[in-house]
Amino acid sequence: MRMLLAAFAATTILAGAAQATTVYPLDRATILAGSPFDFKVELNKQVKPEDVKVTVNGQDYKTVLGGEAQFIELEKGKEDKALGSALLLRGLKISAPGAYKIEVSAGDETKSVTWDVYETAAQPKAKNIIFLLGDGLSVAHRTAARIMSKGMTEGKANGRLNMDDLDHMAFIGASATNAVATDSANTMSAFMTGHKTAVNALGVYADRTPAALDDPRVETFGEAVRRTTKKSIGIVATSEIEDATPAAVVSHTRSRNEKADIVGMLLEVKPEVILGGGSAYFLGKEVAGSKRKDNQDYIKLFQDAGYKLATDKNELAANASADGNLLGLFHTGNMDVTLDREFLKKGTVEKFPNQPGLVEMTKVALDRLSKNPDGFFLMVEGSSIDKMSHPLDWDRAVIDTIEFDKAIGLAREFQKAHPDTLIVVTGDHTHGVSIIGTVDDEKPGTEMREKVGTYAEAGFPNYKDENGDGYPDKVDVSRRLFLSANNGPDHYETFRPKLDGPFVPAVQNEKKEYVANEQYKDVPGAVFVQGNLPKSSESGVHAVDDVVLQSAGPGAEGFHGYMEQSDVYRVLADTFALGAKQTN
Amino acid sequence: MDIFSSLYLSRRRLIGAAVALPFTAHAVRAAGALLSFDELYGKFGVLGLEFSDKVKRLAGQEISMKGFMAPPLKAEAQFFVLTEVPMSLCPFCSSDADWPDNIVVVYLGEKQTFVQPRQTIEVRGTLEYGSWTDPETGFVSLLRIRQAEYFAV
Ligand SMILES: [Zn+2]
Repeated sequence: MRMLLAAFAATTILAGAAQATTVYPLDRATILAGSPFDFKVELNKQVKPEDVKVTVNGQDYKTVLGGEAQFIELEKGKEDKALGSALLLRGLKISAPGAYKIEVSAGDETKSVTWDVYETAAQPKAKNIIFLLGDGLSVAHRTAARIMSKGMTEGKANGRLNMDDLDHMAFIGASATNAVATDSANTMSAFMTGHKTAVNALGVYADRTPAALDDPRVETFGEAVRRTTKKSIGIVATSEIEDATPAAVVSHTRSRNEKADIVGMLLEVKPEVILGGGSAYFLGKEVAGSKRKDNQDYIKLFQDAGYKLATDKNELAANASADGNLLGLFHTGNMDVTLDREFLKKGTVEKFPNQPGLVEMTKVALDRLSKNPDGFFLMVEGSSIDKMSHPLDWDRAVIDTIEFDKAIGLAREFQKAHPDTLIVVTGDHTHGVSIIGTVDDEKPGTEMREKVGTYAEAGFPNYKDENGDGYPDKVDVSRRLFLSANNGPDHYETFRPKLDGPFVPAVQNEKKEYVANEQYKDVPGAVFVQGNLPKSSESGVHAVDDVVLQSAGPGAEGFHGYMEQSDVYRVLADTFALGAKQTN
Repeated sequence: MDIFSSLYLSRRRLIGAAVALPFTAHAVRAAGALLSFDELYGKFGVLGLEFSDKVKRLAGQEISMKGFMAPPLKAEAQFFVLTEVPMSLCPFCSSDADWPDNIVVVYLGEKQTFVQPRQTIEVRGTLEYGSWTDPETGFVSLLRIRQAEYFAV
């Protein structure tokens, strides 16, 4: 299954390859001074090595880049298609900041790119960084989370989310190098490397050859922290720990689907705390539930490397204040979402009944990482906001947004006691979702769409939080928020929360087209919603809209106005002074 | 459903007869013990799953299972994946990881063009468990039904 899916991914790579001489890093790349990266030139034609000339700021590249590139006479694509010659120089570093103009000529092919190599502040601004990412976090998710969690009276919110009080803000553009659209891999990779990349790529520029692991690499934030500091690293997610967002802290691959390899990359960097799902890729293939194709026992390899293992809530609690490294794996796949885990007991909760939540994992991570006198970098992902937005399951997505906000609350508490901490909260992309009013069961008639209230007819929803846990006591109240997607496959809108388990809007038919899932057809009042995406789309997709980033603490002043997601890295690097001259 | 049945009848007369005349199904092939998705594993855990006693007992025997055909990876193949619920895959945010844990790989007795019914199918064949790598595709599976045939129910 893995191999076949990887083959699909390879097709996508080739389709995206531009038919022009390409230099990696791409034009306008921003590069942290002293940070290792791979330099690659892809020519369209097969040439002789003596025909290729590369200069950097007018000088021979070997003097400036400090090495001689390997000449590849002919690169081959799928089915041995001839792609042209290439030059490849791995792991070079540029220590002196400034503009670097790279000019390439080979026969009639020429290409010129300019890189901006930047240094950072000489002294760190903060000791710790807590980077919290709500996957797919859109404005509608947070508005809905605020209203469902805190309530609203006469048009004013009855309370504020923790994320509402982070004082520095920026709008983030999340497009990829090969598309205006984005996925979690290319965006988190840009946050974590300072280089934009292609959809599905992590810690690499996406080159034209089919292999996923040979693409030109750039340094990840995890690696940069390791190279220049004695700080600890923590990664916490509710998804599989090999999923795009957590993987981007340490990984290099053209294909985010190479999860078995990503486990190995985690072991190479050895973050002090790793908590999430995805144990299937840690188990040798003989073990039922494994998704590896080899017999490597990564549980044992991590234990041999000094990690303590936690597999449920109790083991996590028992490890809360212990010393040493911690690997916590709480599900073979993605962990269950808050609504299922804490309230409905649907999804796979019966099989994995004792999963911790994002808040508990964040707490343990902070307790352990903060023991390091040199400080730490902690990445926390609210993974399922996205995973539940794709199938248009808005209640699950919003309840997970509330959980994510509670993790932000913990970080803010930590920051009060440790003011030398920068907190960054953002999404990696948005979804095409908005709140347009309420659905009121008390309105007359049986047609559910007649119960949708807009403008003055919307009134206010009647969620209650009588136990004060921050979550609405139930989501299926009689007057509830109405969230609606602006894109999707054919599906049935039921105007109700999906209490039996996550929504499956569309299923594939014999023509490989996604059609509305008839399971919901007979829900009273359900209406057919014609899709506006190609029939190959089985769910809603990411929106290209800007993402909101908010931040507080030393270094936060670096975030303002409009920024590319690759610019976020520069603020993080500056906060830790990772590109200061003395570290090179 | 109509498309499925008619395609089916033209391709495999034997099973087609089972679709058309469900009451004679047993005459075509003995159904064997019925195995449900709930009964595959005795224990779930982060460190691995354990096959149930029923799976261990029925290994090597004729069984039948009901489920859904996952979107086939190739039009012509000798195997497909049987799942408990209709499959839905997301090209950007998901990958193989989002395939459910409790899947069964079905190897057919003969190659045929797959159809994707949005309805339950019943698969009959010989149950087998333990890690096995398909030499043709590299596909690793832990639970299989071999020499299988299937029909709509
Ligand atoms: Zn997504």
